[in-house]
Amino acid sequence: MPKIKLADNTIKVIKDVCAEYNNSEGELINVLHKVQHKLGYLPAEVQEVIAKELKTSVAKVYGVVTFYSFFSMVPKGEFPISICMGTACYVRGAEQVLNEFKRQLKVEVGESTGDGMFSLNCLRCLGACGLSPVVMVGEKVYGRVAPTQVKQIITDYRDGCGSSDSSKTA
Amino acid sequence: MTDYKMHLLVCGGTGCKAADSDEIRNSLKYWIEQTGMEDDAQVVFTGCFGFCEKGPIVKVLPGNTFYVGVQPGDAEEIVKEHLVKGRPVQRLLYTDPVTKEEISDSKGMEFYKKQMRIALRNCGFINPENIEEYISRDGYMALGKCLTELSPQEVISEIKESGLRGRGGGGFPTGLKWEITNKSEADQKYVVCNADEGDPGAFMDRSILEGDPHSIIEAMAICGYCIGADKGLVYIRAEYPLAIERLKIALNQAREYGLLGEDILGTGFNFDISIRLGAGAFVCGEETALIHSMEGLRGEPTFKPPFPSVSGYLGKPTNVNNVETFANVPVIINKGANWFNKIGTEKSKGTKVFALAGKINNIGLIEVPMGTTLREVIYDIGGGIKDGKEFKSVQTGGPSGGCLTKDFLDTPIDYDNLIAAGSMMGSGGMIVMDEDDCMVSIAKFYLEFTLEESCGKCSPCRIGNKRLHEMLDKITKGEGEEKDIERLKMLSHVIKDTSLCGLGQSSPNPVLSTIANFEDEYLAHVNEKKCPSGQCKDLLKYEVVEDLCTGCTLCFRNCPVGAITGERRQPHYIDQSICIKCGVCYWKCKFNAIKLS
Repeated sequence: MPKIKLADNTIKVIKDVCAEYNNSEGELINVLHKVQHKLGYLPAEVQEVIAKELKTSVAKVYGVVTFYSFFSMVPKGEFPISICMGTACYVRGAEQVLNEFKRQLKVEVGESTGDGMFSLNCLRCLGACGLSPVVMVGEKVYGRVAPTQVKQIITDYRDGCGSSDSSKTA
Repeated sequence: MTDYKMHLLVCGGTGCKAADSDEIRNSLKYWIEQTGMEDDAQVVFTGCFGFCEKGPIVKVLPGNTFYVGVQPGDAEEIVKEHLVKGRPVQRLLYTDPVTKEEISDSKGMEFYKKQMRIALRNCGFINPENIEEYISRDGYMALGKCLTELSPQEVISEIKESGLRGRGGGGFPTGLKWEITNKSEADQKYVVCNADEGDPGAFMDRSILEGDPHSIIEAMAICGYCIGADKGLVYIRAEYPLAIERLKIALNQAREYGLLGEDILGTGFNFDISIRLGAGAFVCGEETALIHSMEGLRGEPTFKPPFPSVSGYLGKPTNVNNVETFANVPVIINKGANWFNKIGTEKSKGTKVFALAGKINNIGLIEVPMGTTLREVIYDIGGGIKDGKEFKSVQTGGPSGGCLTKDFLDTPIDYDNLIAAGSMMGSGGMIVMDEDDCMVSIAKFYLEFTLEESCGKCSPCRIGNKRLHEMLDKITKGEGEEKDIERLKMLSHVIKDTSLCGLGQSSPNPVLSTIANFEDEYLAHVNEKKCPSGQCKDLLKYEVVEDLCTGCTLCFRNCPVGAITGERRQPHYIDQSICIKCGVCYWKCKFNAIKLS
């Protein structure tokens, strides 16, 4: 992977977050949460800065980033799509919904579409089991999604009216 | 909640919020103002009512009128008809699926009749963002009683006598855990609340934190008093933004009221709580892994002993309990151990919260006394199986548990009975499956989960589960042989016997229990290369039923790979060598002319 040169103000953002947590190594996970929240993802170059600030090894930071599924080293799409693969959603057909998203977007789980518009991920239980199977696009929750609705959901976002109300389907 | 004549309780749990309950609340407020009722009626945003299947839910007090499936557009009618004219909106009432009668009062619903709410006592009743409402329902009374009337030892004795056991899965006696931590000598001790609810399909801890965060704060302070700790930490999943937000609000309010911080209630007792975010690792539900994660490390479990009660967070004695366990504590102190230990079975006291989900009519969060049978839960409370299908199995205990058949329906639910039946209580996920669910695929599904969540520290779990998954994958593709079933069993036992932590030791349970209870399904897959439930894609064939096909060409136009041919108004044909078994033709067909075989 070619190296990215971080902009000076990005480095400042990272350093400020570290300082907020007293540059303490024990706060690594909190630091990662906050930096990811600000930058969207945690590429290797960002991890190097964090390691330096917290006076720990890059290997340790990398070890923690890759251990937890919440942290990502690749940028998400403009509209991140998450399919709930909790058991309740699974038995109500989440896998078919996921397969349909993969087919429509021509990406695998963890990838983004070429235009950077969508990324596809699975998550474990949103706790909205009453609405299963559940799909999240950005912050919007779609309940009781059938594979036949997938194309429409994608088209809505492509046409720029993604936040319109197509979630209330029985 | 005393100044208003009427209260409209709107469910603000994650499920209902996902279905626009925010907007319902705003519309209700708008119409209350429009009709000039703002001095008489108040809208309260509460925690989860439990009946998620019928959400979003709005409840009107007095009268306990329970509206289901409410949409923002219904707000006007509720305000104008019910509030202004006193006429409940009939069309939004719950209809009993058997008697077809409309039931207005939630107490009359089968879903609530057999429930007993201790841990969920305030969920759906109070505004979780208002400490006054918690206090008005005896909140912080138990803490006051402990600090002013009881010694730490007396409180521990009370908890021990109540028979309360850990609700996170293991079922370790809570009082005993507190006693051990109390006896550990150290300059600093910690109380930790485990809110890293990672079991897919379980959401009870989240609902308690969202609906009644003060009960956890109060219980943690009581625990701190008992074990001699002045610091508490809540380890909570980052995936639960609403619960985190409400907990933060509750912590600030408790500090403002002097119920957290220094010299609580003037007794000289100091206690405060901070929040630690999880980052999506199931293994962090294991207490040693959780502690390492709080220290900023990879969440890998370590060998016990030393137990956290002796050496835990930063090497200091640490008492870890789960959310639901804590939620029971204030009630036990207020009502007494003897009240609590009369509920439940001989060795499992009190109640248990279950997240009921899957192929069941009434999905939701329920709380029942220990000893309630699975049949009562599934058929009386859960309303039976969806679409009138046949019950096949119920999965309890999440990825560590097992699948139980209809032979176990009359088993009273408690810790020991579930283990004897080959499953476990776990944190309380309960997933119901019907005739269409393939048990081999379910076992594979759980293995996929374990595989992803195994921390990789010890090889039986890291490599063993991978091999189990490969064998199951082979079987679902029709490439398995009968010997594989024996191999699965043998390897499962090795993994159970040799893994370090609870995750590895229990990860083969879904495999073993499905083999024990549904061996015929495994045999059908390996011998006849058939999936009796029609779930395993590779063993299926999509075919056109010629008599039903009208030749509408819908399937032909939608097939992504061009496997379907046929003339208009003539029966179509699917070329099996091209078909990728995506199922689009099956969903699209309006004449049921595509069959699975």
